[in-house]
Amino acid sequence: MTAVQPPHPTEQSTDTPERTPDAVEAGTTAHRVTKGRSRVPWRFLGGRAVFYAFTLWAAITINFFLPRMMKGDAVTQYLSRNRNVTPEAADALRSLLGLDTDKSLWQQYVDYWALLLQGDLGVSLLHGLRPVTEVISQSLPWTIGLVGFATIVSFAVGTIGGAIVGWRRGSRLDALVPITTFLSTIPYFWLGLLAIALFSVNLGWFPIGKAYGVGVSPAFTPEFIGQVIHHGTLPAVTIIIASLGGWMLGMRNMMLTVLDEDYVMVAEAKGMPSHRVLWRYAARNAVLPQIQSFALSIGFIVGGTIVMEMVFSYPGVGKLLLDATNAKDYALMQGVFLVITISVLLANLLADLAYAFLDPRTRQTEG
Amino acid sequence: MDTIVNERATKRPAGVPATATIRTSEASDRPEPPKRAGFGAKLGSAFAMFRNGKSIAGLSILGFFVLVAIFADVLAPYSPTALDNTARFQPPSAEHWLGTTHIGEDVLSQVIYGTRGVIVVGFLAAIIATLIAIVVGVVSGYVRGWRSESLSALTNVFLVIPGLPLIIIVASMFEDPPLVVIAGVLGLIGWAWGARVLRAQTMSLRNRDFIQAARANGEPLRRIITIEMLPNLMALIAASFVGTVTAAILALTTLSYIGVIPVTTYNWGTILNWASAQGAFRQNQWWWYLPPGLCIAAIGVALSLINFGIDEYVNPRLRSAGERARAMKKKGMSVNDTVTAVRSAPTTEPAAADASTTTAAAAPQTTQTTTTETTSPKTGATT
Amino acid sequence: MLRGIRPAYLSGITKGTTPMRDTLLSVRDFSVVYDVDPPVAAVRNVSLDLQRGEILGLAGESGCGKTTLAYGVQRLLKAPAVITSGSVTFHDASGEDIDVNALDPDAMRRFRWDKVSMVFQGAMNSLNPVATIGAQLDDVFEVHRPGMTSAERRAAVVELLEIVKVGAQRYRSYPHELSGGMRQRVMIAMALALRPQLMVMDEPTTALDVLVQREILKQISALRHEFGFSVVFITHDLPLLLEISDRIAIMRDGRIVELATAERIWNDPQDAYTKTLLESFPRLTGEKGMVLR
Repeated sequence: MTAVQPPHPTEQSTDTPERTPDAVEAGTTAHRVTKGRSRVPWRFLGGRAVFYAFTLWAAITINFFLPRMMKGDAVTQYLSRNRNVTPEAADALRSLLGLDTDKSLWQQYVDYWALLLQGDLGVSLLHGLRPVTEVISQSLPWTIGLVGFATIVSFAVGTIGGAIVGWRRGSRLDALVPITTFLSTIPYFWLGLLAIALFSVNLGWFPIGKAYGVGVSPAFTPEFIGQVIHHGTLPAVTIIIASLGGWMLGMRNMMLTVLDEDYVMVAEAKGMPSHRVLWRYAARNAVLPQIQSFALSIGFIVGGTIVMEMVFSYPGVGKLLLDATNAKDYALMQGVFLVITISVLLANLLADLAYAFLDPRTRQTEG
Repeated sequence: MDTIVNERATKRPAGVPATATIRTSEASDRPEPPKRAGFGAKLGSAFAMFRNGKSIAGLSILGFFVLVAIFADVLAPYSPTALDNTARFQPPSAEHWLGTTHIGEDVLSQVIYGTRGVIVVGFLAAIIATLIAIVVGVVSGYVRGWRSESLSALTNVFLVIPGLPLIIIVASMFEDPPLVVIAGVLGLIGWAWGARVLRAQTMSLRNRDFIQAARANGEPLRRIITIEMLPNLMALIAASFVGTVTAAILALTTLSYIGVIPVTTYNWGTILNWASAQGAFRQNQWWWYLPPGLCIAAIGVALSLINFGIDEYVNPRLRSAGERARAMKKKGMSVNDTVTAVRSAPTTEPAAADASTTTAAAAPQTTQTTTTETTSPKTGATT
Repeated sequence: MLRGIRPAYLSGITKGTTPMRDTLLSVRDFSVVYDVDPPVAAVRNVSLDLQRGEILGLAGESGCGKTTLAYGVQRLLKAPAVITSGSVTFHDASGEDIDVNALDPDAMRRFRWDKVSMVFQGAMNSLNPVATIGAQLDDVFEVHRPGMTSAERRAAVVELLEIVKVGAQRYRSYPHELSGGMRQRVMIAMALALRPQLMVMDEPTTALDVLVQREILKQISALRHEFGFSVVFITHDLPLLLEISDRIAIMRDGRIVELATAERIWNDPQDAYTKTLLESFPRLTGEKGMVLR
């Protein structure tokens, strides 16, 4: 069928050292056209990891300086009120809270890092002198479970909805955007309180707060899991409703931009059916900035979590932070802040991984 | 909030392939200030973003709240702390339009006075944050090399570190912070987003022709930034400012509700704090907890509207994308059609079938009169 | 014309009982208006006949309507563009006459790429950045030739890549990994996939440097000789058209002002506008004015 003999497929015409590769033939400025090249964007991920390490260092340093910027008497009073602390724990607390002023600042800093690397975040005076790490590790799963679930659902629904709204311009679906945006401007805690007032107090469909019933101890039984779901529905639904608007708006705006791109016109010229153009050509590209903004908004999501846990008395790290703040349990406050920051950074890294996976342009293979 | 400045889309109607250019008799206007005019003229045209319907609606609502805040003394029927022991937990009545609290304070007066705290802190925090964002963002976008990279890293650090926990911890260290301090803390936490957006836009502006020309002319950096670049960045700065006001107000009310900011100040969040503590939600005292929340929502909506208006100005594709589609629908066309609509009278050729997929059979429109032809066109000539 | 063994997937191009006409595309009294305020008449009452296997150049300055005409006959323009008059008849190789204006959207979708395909300008952004080259070529077959198995599709894509000299090992490459010339070849391969009878090329070489331009043009020419499709070549570069086209249509303000063979246009241009166009291209030797023959 072809009169032109195709070049032998195994010939790596760009690799022969005898002649310089013909740019037109090779078609790329890379000098190597290897077959099984690595598809993992090490350079991109490496850069991100370095950035997050730097941010973590900055957060820890902020955490170091915060109590030292406060009026000293507050912290001293705090320690003096609690005399049942063991000497080692007292030392640790002094280091964490900036009371070891007998040492030089640099020495304080070094000791602080030493404590952290040993995993010693002090003891929590609010929680019966238990180690802070232990207290936090009990609350963390609740937060991650509920918020993780709600955020993923909200992002998925919002993004898919935004893609459809952006695709069908001028349809009645356009009204969804201002409605959901309005719902996101409502202060989150108020939405939560209203939900409780309506669904728990008046309608009695859901319990008023907490993660499970009073007096019930956690176990992996179906009844317990049922209780968890029952208690968690209202908080999860309020989070989803409140954050849906942002995702939908962002995705819709990106779709409108992407739909004017040339490759979408080419796809339609190729005779691709509508749903294929929408999902594989348009949405697939529009979702990339959406993921980037997701990564950036993780910090804000955390803020919403704290509020939600207070409104619903949900036993997560947010409530822990608030209780610690009210009781002036500084060690616990610092510990929770650190854990929250580390979680946020990890989530950011995961989002970056997802982005790198989805956008092949991050994998530059210039040899 | 993604705002993308795009000039390409303004030049030709939507649906036209990239390689085609359309000759129209009037010049197409571009939303860009003229380059040789003075600073004032440039600034004036830069504020064109506020002239569309959504922005005006938003600004009116916002203006209403600002007026309430300024004239609170005159508008409120009672002092917010005035107790009326005879009327506790009262639903709305003639004397108390929004009812009373648990100790007989007038809810309406409290809401009116609460406006002050919200407006003052919201705007002050946003001003502080926006100023920092402009300095950091524009400078880091304009300079190159390690200076730019390090400023960018600083911005990203502040962006990633979770804000609310940090504010909670910092706020808890003050006993009774004045409004200014609260605003300052909020501003210091919230500048990063705007800085990032401004940096991106400055970087793309930097390579534009008129900036290159200014640099070649030897204009000092100060002048380039303030006179050439800032008017172009005005839309983004405005959008960032509005967004920061929203965030600051939400943060303030949330922190007040939580109780981290002491309840001696009046704002809508503290009112909700008291309401919640006194069990208003459980006892269906809706007059106490609905108004403050609705006010927060109303200001949020107003600010969002302003932002929508700015977004549509900056990114013409968004501008009435829906409205344009609806206008076209009235003419019998749909934006989402993948094939060109055919609207024609039957042709004279017997072989060709009548072609019309839409019901309108309008006469061809040939109203363009741009040129006159001196030669007779040769159509259908074959060799 | 097609010679040799025809693989199973080349359906739709069989000889009918009626002898094949020489004319591939008949355009009569064709007009396109952009229904904005005020309306813009982009193409006015254009008629032409495109012969089977010929290269027709569409030349003219910016805004003359050449792009609108070429896109319009395939109904690729989006609202607010409207076809307000005329007919476009595609004389299929099977003997069937297809009235393009009468096709419903689904029939249009099947018509596209199968009978008429396009090569776009600026392949920089014409390829989906997040899909591999192979996948983008593959989905043409997946949609238009549902009878093929995935192995057959893969073989077809590999064959296409070899024909345009991109190479089979590029199957898994992404668009950003290729140079401009290579991307344009991929666009040509994509346009060739279903062996269309007409290829519309919209400034295919304008964004490339001259050496690569030459290679691409040689490629197009070779493919045309091999597969026998017609080409409508849109460009503002008149000297280029003079080299490669059989006939050239000069357009101005939505009308065709002259339509003749390349030789005639070069030797004996009739229209004053054509003469102006010819004069406006700089000569290598620096003389002004037209070459007198």
